Amino acid sequence: MVCGVYVFNMALIEEPKVERPENLTAKEQLDLKNKKLVRKLLWLVVGSLLFAFALVPLYDVLCSLTGLNGKTQNSAALLTKAKVDNSRWVNVQFTSSVMPGLGWNFYPKQTSIRLHPGQIETVLFVAKNITNEVVVGQAVPSITPGIAAANLKKIECFCFVRQSLKPGEEKEMPLRFFVSPELPKDVSDMTLSYSFFPAVSESK
Amino acid sequence: MSTTTVAHHDDHAEHPTGIMRWLTTTNHKDIGTMYLTFSLIMFFVGGAMILGIRAELFKPGLQLMNPEFFNQLIGVHALIMIFAALMPAATGFANWMIPLQIGAPDMALPRLNNWGFWLLPPSAILLTLPFTLALFGIGDGALATGWTFYPPLSVQGGIGVDFAIFAVHLLGISSVLGSINVIVTVFNMRAPGMTLMKMPMFVWGWLITAFLLIATIPVLAGAVTMLLTDRHFGTHFFDAAGGGDPIMFQHLFWFFGHPEVYILLLPVWGFIPQILETFSRKPMYGYKAQVYSLWAIGALAVVVWAHHFFTAGMPVPALLYFMYSTMAISLPLAVLFFCWIKTMWRGSMSFETPMLFAVGWIILFGIGGLTGLVLADVAADAQYHNSYFVVAHFHYTLFAGGIMGIMAGTYYWLPKMTGHMYSEKLGKLHFWLTAISFNMTFIPQFFLGLAGMPRRIPDYALQFAEFNMISSIAAFTLGLSQLLFVYNIVSCARGGKKATDKVWDGAQGLEWTLPSPPPYHSFTEQPVIK
Repeated sequence: MVCGVYVFNMALIEEPKVERPENLTAKEQLDLKNKKLVRKLLWLVVGSLLFAFALVPLYDVLCSLTGLNGKTQNSAALLTKAKVDNSRWVNVQFTSSVMPGLGWNFYPKQTSIRLHPGQIETVLFVAKNITNEVVVGQAVPSITPGIAAANLKKIECFCFVRQSLKPGEEKEMPLRFFVSPELPKDVSDMTLSYSFFPAVSESK
Repeated sequence: MSTTTVAHHDDHAEHPTGIMRWLTTTNHKDIGTMYLTFSLIMFFVGGAMILGIRAELFKPGLQLMNPEFFNQLIGVHALIMIFAALMPAATGFANWMIPLQIGAPDMALPRLNNWGFWLLPPSAILLTLPFTLALFGIGDGALATGWTFYPPLSVQGGIGVDFAIFAVHLLGISSVLGSINVIVTVFNMRAPGMTLMKMPMFVWGWLITAFLLIATIPVLAGAVTMLLTDRHFGTHFFDAAGGGDPIMFQHLFWFFGHPEVYILLLPVWGFIPQILETFSRKPMYGYKAQVYSLWAIGALAVVVWAHHFFTAGMPVPALLYFMYSTMAISLPLAVLFFCWIKTMWRGSMSFETPMLFAVGWIILFGIGGLTGLVLADVAADAQYHNSYFVVAHFHYTLFAGGIMGIMAGTYYWLPKMTGHMYSEKLGKLHFWLTAISFNMTFIPQFFLGLAGMPRRIPDYALQFAEFNMISSIAAFTLGLSQLLFVYNIVSCARGGKKATDKVWDGAQGLEWTLPSPPPYHSFTEQPVIK
């Protein structure tokens, strides 16, 4: 069956003339060329795998720079002599949740507070261990709106360290904070949420 | 070596027979056939799962299954349809047609090709095995998180998640191997004279798909590996208690997930113009514009991922960026639509089954594209997110745009691959049944979504009952009409009217210069393109 090998602008002619080094056949030459390209493409695969893992630290850097996802600096803010801006009020609300696996009750003592930017306040959260063993937990904060996350400055917080509760123990945990006067003008309400997770032991 | 296979020495058709032929083959046509067969089988497995879902959603309330099983069916349906039905179908056509279209004797890396295929059946087993294990009381069934694996649910889930993670690893390796093979074949094995800008559009579509796969599949592999170490090895990539962030998973996943949509569609955008030019009997319009548009879409595909989770929380500038960049994709896509329609303009068109599917495809895929534009709008998306509107939208792009496109390609090349004509009558019946029942299934879902019915929930409020009933009846019609497709393919493979070499009188390209079916080894002497 050699019929029908001609079609429109495509035609079959004899042996194509290819320049080749003396000691290699066309087949070997092609194999060599293929191997080279495969190697390059494999580097591309390795590159994008590394890129995936590089995104992890990049994402954290981006989030703490921009306050994306309401991530806050989880360490004490420097107590600068911020001027209290008496001309405006901010309403800060508190919510709490306990993640599965942690046998605690956990709630804020007051659900919201009204303050001036720059004014330092202390609020209390209450945690109670309802199991009969010692349990260690770690609180993770999140703030909405994300754009204001960087403006909530904590001076002292129970979320900076792990909290350990004995069986049945109840503890009042303080949060000392202020809202930076650089808070964007259009933000008048903020919500600070704490989720208590079972702490992961250091050894892991 | 078998003695029955030496009829024509020129064909070099000696190969082991029986099961060993398929296990050991390095022939691109055999491997292509295996890919396509596997894809067809998995299409029915995934389809059966979704019919279970539609049966449950036929009436409000819980009738047939518990919510956990419902969730498992949803997630595994999607993974199977995407990774085990659509992608292998495209790869099957790549194996069959790329060497024929560029005048190469085989794929560049035949052994790798064989391995690429044989990774698929184990991964399909890994995906579905947890269902069976649960019957014997081992584990709690398959992945129940939906195909997106979002933590924290996927970190807390049962062994089904682990099975799915390993299945995704295998499927990923298979796709990357296949892509490397396609790129090497296209770059190194083209017939003399076939420059890149003379390549058939299908080859272009696949070349860009292959690059997208290489760039994004490793990111998915990385993300699910992090999930695995979070689950079992004490890392906290996505665990907020350890300083991780579950939202980061969504970024990683969709960095792969959005290009994946184009990975599924680019091969189809390749062969649809070829079908259109064949049955319009005039050369395709705007070849260069189409190639550049494909590249533009491929490039934009990797920078728009966050539109899949606008509601997860992002700064406004980021929302705006992802909205505008997503909408920008509609520009090259509009160029493609214009070229497809202009190709048919004033052509002497005839409507054989592949052409019916291709023309229907343009309209239905157009609906999918336009509803995507609605979802890309940040303000509107807040309402439509996670509703049935989204479900209807992506089925217009992936069932109409993907699977109906693949069906067009199947009818187009089936006579070339088998050497026989399929039944035109059954083919047309299959098209009309599919097109009508598909619309009847998903148009009601647009309205359900607008009315506020959330996706992935086994029960719904009473006011959604009628539309869900219509959708379920149509879905069963859609599923059952695919049996016609199988019957047509099988009877065509077994015999029927002999196909001519050129098959369609407007067909253009090197594959139509070969006999139907092509000999086991073709283009051992490469043709020269002028």
